[in-house]
Amino acid sequence: MLKTFKIGGVHPPENKLSKDRKIEVLSIPSAVFIPVAQHIGAPSTPVVKKGDKVKVGQVIAQSSSFVSTNIHSSVSGTVKKVDFSADSSGYPKQGIFIDVEGDEWMEDIDRSETLVKDISVDGAEIVKKIQECGIVGLGGATFPTHVKLVPPKGMKAEVLLINGVECEPYLTSDHRLMLEKADEILVGIQLLMKAMNVDKAVIGIENNKPDAIQLLSEKCKSVAGVSVVALKVQYPQGGEKQLINAVTGREVPSGALPIAVGAVVSNVGTAFAVYEAIQKNKPLFERVVTVTGKGVSKPSNFLVRVGTATSELVAAAGGLPENTGKIISGGPMMGRAISSLDIPVTKGTSGILLMKEEESKREEIIACIRCSRCVSVCPMGLEPYLLMTLGEKQIYDRAESERVMDCIECGSCSYTCPSNRPLLDYIRFGKGKVGQIIRSRKK
Amino acid sequence: MSITVVYTIVTLAVIGATAAVILYFVAQKFKVVEDPRIDDVEGSLPGANCGGCGFAGCRAFAEACVKASDLGDLNCPVGGNDTMGQVATILGLEAVAKDPRVAFIRCNGTCDHRPKTSQFDGATTCAIASSVYSGESDCQFGCLGYGDCYDACEFDAIDLRAGMGVPLVLDDKCVACGACVDACPKDLIELRKRMPKDRKVVVACRNMDKGAVAKKACSVACIGCSKCFKECPFDAITMENNLAFIDSDKCKLCRKCVPVCPTNAIIELNFPPRKVKPEVEVETNS
Repeated sequence: MLKTFKIGGVHPPENKLSKDRKIEVLSIPSAVFIPVAQHIGAPSTPVVKKGDKVKVGQVIAQSSSFVSTNIHSSVSGTVKKVDFSADSSGYPKQGIFIDVEGDEWMEDIDRSETLVKDISVDGAEIVKKIQECGIVGLGGATFPTHVKLVPPKGMKAEVLLINGVECEPYLTSDHRLMLEKADEILVGIQLLMKAMNVDKAVIGIENNKPDAIQLLSEKCKSVAGVSVVALKVQYPQGGEKQLINAVTGREVPSGALPIAVGAVVSNVGTAFAVYEAIQKNKPLFERVVTVTGKGVSKPSNFLVRVGTATSELVAAAGGLPENTGKIISGGPMMGRAISSLDIPVTKGTSGILLMKEEESKREEIIACIRCSRCVSVCPMGLEPYLLMTLGEKQIYDRAESERVMDCIECGSCSYTCPSNRPLLDYIRFGKGKVGQIIRSRKK
Repeated sequence: MSITVVYTIVTLAVIGATAAVILYFVAQKFKVVEDPRIDDVEGSLPGANCGGCGFAGCRAFAEACVKASDLGDLNCPVGGNDTMGQVATILGLEAVAKDPRVAFIRCNGTCDHRPKTSQFDGATTCAIASSVYSGESDCQFGCLGYGDCYDACEFDAIDLRAGMGVPLVLDDKCVACGACVDACPKDLIELRKRMPKDRKVVVACRNMDKGAVAKKACSVACIGCSKCFKECPFDAITMENNLAFIDSDKCKLCRKCVPVCPTNAIIELNFPPRKVKPEVEVETNS
């Protein structure tokens, strides 16, 4: 029997429309807007000013604390301005506008396609390089990778889990990457293992990607310590804690980090970025983005420079379908709807989903019928119906004791609710408030 | 049988008496001495328990009044100066007259002024909508219109004006308790000084964007041109972050700022219609 995580989970229609589309390199846009906050943690500080000439791969914003990363220019050209522009939430965020001129890369970046297998680099050197190259978790949470690789005192990583699950419906960027860059990913995994000083790595892949499972299992035979585990298709298996549970059977305690059970989880995209950073000296300034949707004429996977406007991707995939009701940055389960096509691709953008008008509407909200489906699908073992009420009634102390902070915001509860109740809306709101209360208590 | 009845009565009487004696001493020992004036003060308060005074209900406010040595910092906005006068008489303190206030929603971005550029279909509360994104229009400062203020108001003083997009405070019902001020995630609601006949001259906008951006998002946005600031003879207007603000404590309702505003962001309310100046006909000898 295939492995999966123990509690909860749903299985939405997969709709992997773009899984057979090869990764295409998207043409360089004429202008980019690169936000300085593309990761969890402190926003970076811009180090360029209006009129500066920048090259591809040049640092344009420096990390401002340990939990933060550098931001690199994804294009070459002139800095138009350092200003505020709306991000996917519609609120203005600081960023750097660059007018593109040509495509001139930093001299020290190796642009050749040859596979560099030699991993004689020192572990500490790898971590340093990852930090310099601005690598963050590319699964969507964008947590700075170098922070993960340095375990807190007294804790020791035993196993590296590589997340090739891609449990979000529609998205295929990780799938394509695994098929087309398998060797590079494996070298990246070895580098990560060396940086963490572990001798075991497991790649978790859901069973709906048999080609990727077969290819990587084949390649893993020649790499010591790395193996592939096929997993039953179940959302949200790509969640860190769910993947650990599915692969190792261990359960991360409430409020603890995965390192507490000796595991560190990284995405396949991150492993590829690590390969490029260490072996090719190439910082993270481009990523694979799936552009998809039932109305899209050409669902595609693009290699996109960070800062490219969403409209460019949509145009490359055949233009905006007429009856588009909602544009989502990310997957349908955890992505955010965006209110404008000017919003740029950031390090965390895994896909652009164009939903048809009729798919995008929420159904009428009716009363809770106490069916407890939300409880049975919650992968964290919470009681979503209760947390929703607590958020709605602003009873935050009780919400905290009901462990609202454990919610991973996967949306399984809202997805499954037969009364179409906006469970996650209220839970996320309550979680935000409880988070504020906890932080103010620590001060 | 009769002896049983007698025993029962005697036993119960003894238990009762003993318990009474114990209770008497316990009550003496643990007696809570409470100032009787607290009850008097509470009786004179409106009993709305709205929290507008900043205390957890009328009783807590009454306790604070009794403890206080002067009433300068304490005010019951619902009862106003009459109630505070009564409280002062009970406590033998001097009443400090305060200007009555009234809430005002500083956004005039109704649907016809502020075109919608996106649609929100999440949980319809302002708090949640503002925590996920900036709003359905291009103005990130404006009213979201889901009525968190309406829900917070215990005095039915807010009219949701369905379909208009921005609620309205009903001056005659508003008691300036401030519940709506706390409820508004966009910080739009201000407690302004209540003027005679509820007249108001207000900048009904909180948009701090630069003029062009603000104007594009909403036709009645303050663009920060400072014309009103220059016009005001009473220094009641301040300019900050591309936004004019009229201090209701300084404003004398002269209305000179209203006609100079190029976007009609300044609105006058409850005034009689302005007299149209008769145009002087120039006689020409032709």
